Amino acid sequence: MSVLVLKSGLLTTLQDAGRPGHAALGVGRAGAMDLPAWQLANALVGNTHGEAALEFTLVGPTLHFERAVDIALTGAVPRAEVDGHVLPGWTRCRVPAGGVLKLGGMAHGCRSYLAVSGGFDVASVLGSRSTDLHAKLGPLDGRALREGDRLDLGEYVPPLLWSSDDAVHVAPWSLDPQPWFDLAPLQPERFEIPPLSLALLPGSHTGKLDADSLERLHTRPFTISKDANRTASRLDGQMLSLHEPLELISEAVLPGTVQLPPSGQPIVLMAEAPVTGGYPRIGQLAAADLPRLAQRRPGDAVCFHACTLEQASARLAARQQRLDGLLAAIARRLQGGH
Amino acid sequence: MTSAIQCEAMAEDALLLRFGESIDEATNARVHAAARALQLRWPELELVPAYASLLLRFDPRQWPPADDDTQQQPADIVQAALADVPPVETPTRQVEIPVCYGDAFGLDLAELAASIGLSVEEVIARHSAVEYRVAMLGFAPGFPYLLGLDPVLSLPRRSDPRQRVPAGSVAIGGAQTGIYPAELPGGWRLIGRTPLQLFDVARGSIEHGSPSLLQPGDRLRFRPIDPATFERLFAETHR
Repeated sequence: MSVLVLKSGLLTTLQDAGRPGHAALGVGRAGAMDLPAWQLANALVGNTHGEAALEFTLVGPTLHFERAVDIALTGAVPRAEVDGHVLPGWTRCRVPAGGVLKLGGMAHGCRSYLAVSGGFDVASVLGSRSTDLHAKLGPLDGRALREGDRLDLGEYVPPLLWSSDDAVHVAPWSLDPQPWFDLAPLQPERFEIPPLSLALLPGSHTGKLDADSLERLHTRPFTISKDANRTASRLDGQMLSLHEPLELISEAVLPGTVQLPPSGQPIVLMAEAPVTGGYPRIGQLAAADLPRLAQRRPGDAVCFHACTLEQASARLAARQQRLDGLLAAIARRLQGGH
Repeated sequence: MTSAIQCEAMAEDALLLRFGESIDEATNARVHAAARALQLRWPELELVPAYASLLLRFDPRQWPPADDDTQQQPADIVQAALADVPPVETPTRQVEIPVCYGDAFGLDLAELAASIGLSVEEVIARHSAVEYRVAMLGFAPGFPYLLGLDPVLSLPRRSDPRQRVPAGSVAIGGAQTGIYPAELPGGWRLIGRTPLQLFDVARGSIEHGSPSLLQPGDRLRFRPIDPATFERLFAETHR
């Protein structure tokens, strides 16, 4: 019993927490762009082993489920319906056997996660079921979903929330997307979204920026470019420059590393970052802000404020603690069967 | 005399150690010696060696291990751990890479030879005469950046990169030589091709070891082979 892909959506990939441990061989981690959203989607359907979920960008896929399965949608909430029933996000729903789940666009945000109870039963490659599009590693030989693909569903006996397999069900409770998702306040009078402020750690070459560029990096807005993808987000709007050109040799880079190529337009590396790079690094995005940037669309504005490693580490630890608490609460709720 | 190790806190879960600022054998040897020592001491660290630097990635909830008496910074702990590591040659594996040079296997060989004023035979002889060191892997899974290229053979990259370089292509880009593990876009000058599979996820299991034929720090030699040998080895390694 499996899921048949009727429409692929714009860019739909299988993702889990990523593929650590192989960077020395040139293999990046990849994994979900918005890890807390991915983790919460899995938790809502009772998955506790890092199961692969679908990550889709801006417009979701249409899927035919051959058997009944419980699902959860987190991250940016897409328009979602099964056989005429509209499904909400950030909760658990049942798609009946034979149900066709149509996932459309999102009012806010950029990426959604669809977890299914039991996970997608796809091949693990080097210990992970995440798709690395560049390296062509992972499920489906490392490519995005295509119309006609068939994904097997994992074995799973869900807690008995609903007895019938032939109807759509929605749990009577849901998670508050805050603080896991930034609902951008729409300002009808301006039709503009204020820049999202992201915390930036200093990079090796922040001090090599000229004074004007350093000031603009921390005060002016940037726009996410049209070619932003899972590998990197190029930022337009402000041209930055160094005191003098730097001759650098390749060294390791990370998701969140902000590089300054000769074009003067900074690039923030994202989940599918390469393992090494040779451009000056003018900052490192605080890890807690990576998923927030991942939820911004091309054309959205962001700005940076300086932070220290201690501040960033404390924020990350606090987020982790809060997430752990929420995961435990979800598990208790599911065990309670209500 | 060796320079001090610079230690930079790069992210909440990463430290970057710098051993120098140039691409040379001695600096790179220190990187691999340090990587070996740190991995032995803390197997849970993910280490990414490069030409002159080493990245340590850790789980901030697990590492550094809690110490009874002092709450040391990760950078200090690593510096202390490396204080006793001699910057000497670590034992490395020797790998031989058979290469069919020129013609359809290395489309740019004749042009490269002409550009540097050598015959094709001389280029092959010089490229396969020396021992290389896998300084680092990157760009794509299993792509080795090699140290040791005869400077006479260096030539800038092509101005028009190819959209598709065949898997196994041995190439020269500037002062470096490397091997494309998979079909990839690339601007390096293709001089030959190896029938070996540099990266194969099927090898990447507990039973079979690493998915990558080459590991950071390996020693490597190229051995010229003829097209018939290429075809035979290709068939043997691509079953």
